[in-house]
Amino acid sequence: MEIPEEELLAPGHRGCAGCGATIGVRLALKALGRNTVAVSATGCLEVITTPFPETAWEIPWIHVAFENAGAVASGVERALKTQGKSDVNIVTFVGDGGTADIGMQSLSGAMERGHNFIYICYDNEAYMNTGIQRSGSTPYGASTTTSPHGKVSFGEDKPKKNMPLIMAAHGVPYVATASISYPEDFMKKVKKAAEVDGPAYIHLNQPCTTGWGYDPSKTIELGRLAIETGSWILYEIVNGEFKVTYKPQIRKPITDYLNAQKRFKHLSEKEKEKIQEFVNNQCIELGIG
Amino acid sequence: MDSIGGTVPNPGSTRNNKTGSWRTFKPILDKENCVECDNCVLFCPEGCINKDHDIDYDYCKGCGICAVECSVQTIKMERE
Amino acid sequence: MTKKVMTANSAVAEAVKLAKPQVIPVYPITPQTSISEKLAQFVADGEIEGEYIRVESEHSALSAALGASGTGVRVFTATSSQGLMLMHEIVFASAGMRAPIVMANANRSVSAPLSIWNDQQDSIAQRDSGWIQIYVEDGQEALDSILTAYKISENPKVLLPSMVCLDGFILTHTVEPVDIPSSEEVDKFLGKYVPKYAFLDPKNPMSIGTFTDPNYYMEARYQIEEAMKNSMDVIEEVNKEFEEIFGRKYGFIEEYKCEDAEIIIVAMGSVCSTLRVCIDDLRKKGEKIGLLKLRVYRPFPVEHIKKAIANAEKIAVLDKNISFGVGGALYNDMKAKTDGEMYNFIIGLGGRDITPNHIDEIVEKTKNPVKDINWIGLKR
Repeated sequence: MEIPEEELLAPGHRGCAGCGATIGVRLALKALGRNTVAVSATGCLEVITTPFPETAWEIPWIHVAFENAGAVASGVERALKTQGKSDVNIVTFVGDGGTADIGMQSLSGAMERGHNFIYICYDNEAYMNTGIQRSGSTPYGASTTTSPHGKVSFGEDKPKKNMPLIMAAHGVPYVATASISYPEDFMKKVKKAAEVDGPAYIHLNQPCTTGWGYDPSKTIELGRLAIETGSWILYEIVNGEFKVTYKPQIRKPITDYLNAQKRFKHLSEKEKEKIQEFVNNQCIELGIG
Repeated sequence: MDSIGGTVPNPGSTRNNKTGSWRTFKPILDKENCVECDNCVLFCPEGCINKDHDIDYDYCKGCGICAVECSVQTIKMERE
Repeated sequence: MTKKVMTANSAVAEAVKLAKPQVIPVYPITPQTSISEKLAQFVADGEIEGEYIRVESEHSALSAALGASGTGVRVFTATSSQGLMLMHEIVFASAGMRAPIVMANANRSVSAPLSIWNDQQDSIAQRDSGWIQIYVEDGQEALDSILTAYKISENPKVLLPSMVCLDGFILTHTVEPVDIPSSEEVDKFLGKYVPKYAFLDPKNPMSIGTFTDPNYYMEARYQIEEAMKNSMDVIEEVNKEFEEIFGRKYGFIEEYKCEDAEIIIVAMGSVCSTLRVCIDDLRKKGEKIGLLKLRVYRPFPVEHIKKAIANAEKIAVLDKNISFGVGGALYNDMKAKTDGEMYNFIIGLGGRDITPNHIDEIVEKTKNPVKDINWIGLKR
């Protein structure tokens, strides 16, 4: 796969050392090229990339609020259409809180109306910008500042909301999951999403050194462990057709993934077994065994 | 201010902010052993490693992802 | 120009058609709904070429309008009451991002308790947002104000959004004859919106809606203050140009029999029509009463108001809104920025009728005041 050299997200941004979100944006923009408008929701990415009077973005970019990226992108898309600029890619970068929680309505509306844009949810599984609070996308067992483990709690007690399938239920032509640790798979999906006429949703797993609690050098390794253990599964749903795009040869035990992160450190063997069971069921259900 | 409403008309202007000062460990890439897998280029959160595998220390925050992901372990992290 | 009998909501829709916005994201709400319906029909019939977005909420209506405006096109939306409340966050963002959006607000009370009827609490609650606010008295003024609002908002010296406020049901659902200008005349008046500072274009990339730290935020807010001041001259120019082309004259305020008035009643919106009739009757009885109709509430035309009330002995300020404990918003603005013996009258909340008897009571309580803030028409 030919990967363009040009960087459309400039360095000097304020992301943490080892930030996974900026890796995701860099890769997505390499796939899309300059003829692209980006829409961000409020969140880490918006704050670290646009510290006025500077911006890291080399392409046009707009941010309005936390919960309305879907609606803002809807307006941008229709406005560019009326100007005869339908060739411009429109991509949103929204965190898991802005997607699965507060921005769900505006996203659902935009998807249902069939706007032609690519919605990328960069999922780091909690509200990282405000300091690691639980979102609807926080996984079972994770300790966050609002779902902390304690004497009578093992942390988050609900599995994460299944956003990709919720999007698929909207009947949009392209839904995919991706990981920053599998750049070719991710970029291929972004390109496909751009070619689709209508809405496309990509749910990007993106490890976060600060929120997950691991050494900054391990961001890609953690993303890979998520896939290799079956905790996160790479697939796409093209016009309703489900297809796994990467199947681990031998699935690693979930403890390889859990034990590498501070947010799961407190879990008992029993809880870890429960998570393993949950992952096994998920893998069977999605056909990676 | 020559902009209104917080608009920034200068794309890529975070380049003014040299994040290299954040660094405590510096990646040193030995090009002799480099097999051009480009993992360091792809996975750098700063996008500050070019196609010739030169690391721009003005911006490198020293996260060490490149050293971990290098397919032949030819990047070493050295304390500044 | 053609004359047609129509509701103020229809007049707004006609104005929007003439202004040719390219994107119209709108969500229905009583009593604004017939604006969104009429615009949908115009689009369905090809009479409006713009894109109509059937958004899933008012929050998204204004968000989509702001996104579209961010690309540099003319946009329109409309709302009312709870819808405006839901938009609140983006009302501020639109002004802060300096988007020349024009929005019609069908004035309606705010829940709870739930009520669909008229007062002006909804738009008054947005008064600190940085929007220009125009309160209209009839359908003609609604139509004309939409057209002038675009020209004011899109002026590079202003670049603030405008809210045209029309009283729910009293105007939105009652019919009156309205002159509809020709498309050619409106094109001549409005021209095409050309964004100057902020727009999304891959050929000229910029970042809109950035994050400011304490070194920059205050300056950005001060720019809004400056723009609001600049809008004073722009509004005057635009009204003059409007008069030259269309023959109808609008100002910041309208004075009715104020020259020799001992008591001037200050009010906004449709109640001004009631007041004109009542003032005529009162004058027949020898009472020297005048009306100061405030059209432009933001920017607040301090000098115009001061001049108009300079010779009055007493001022009665009517508010279809309440800031609990301190009276209505207009009263408080008047107290803060102008001089004179003033009394406040809270009227017509939640659609309570305002009758000539109430106006008599207001005059009586201004002449022989017992307290500064008076609720009129209240059942006890």
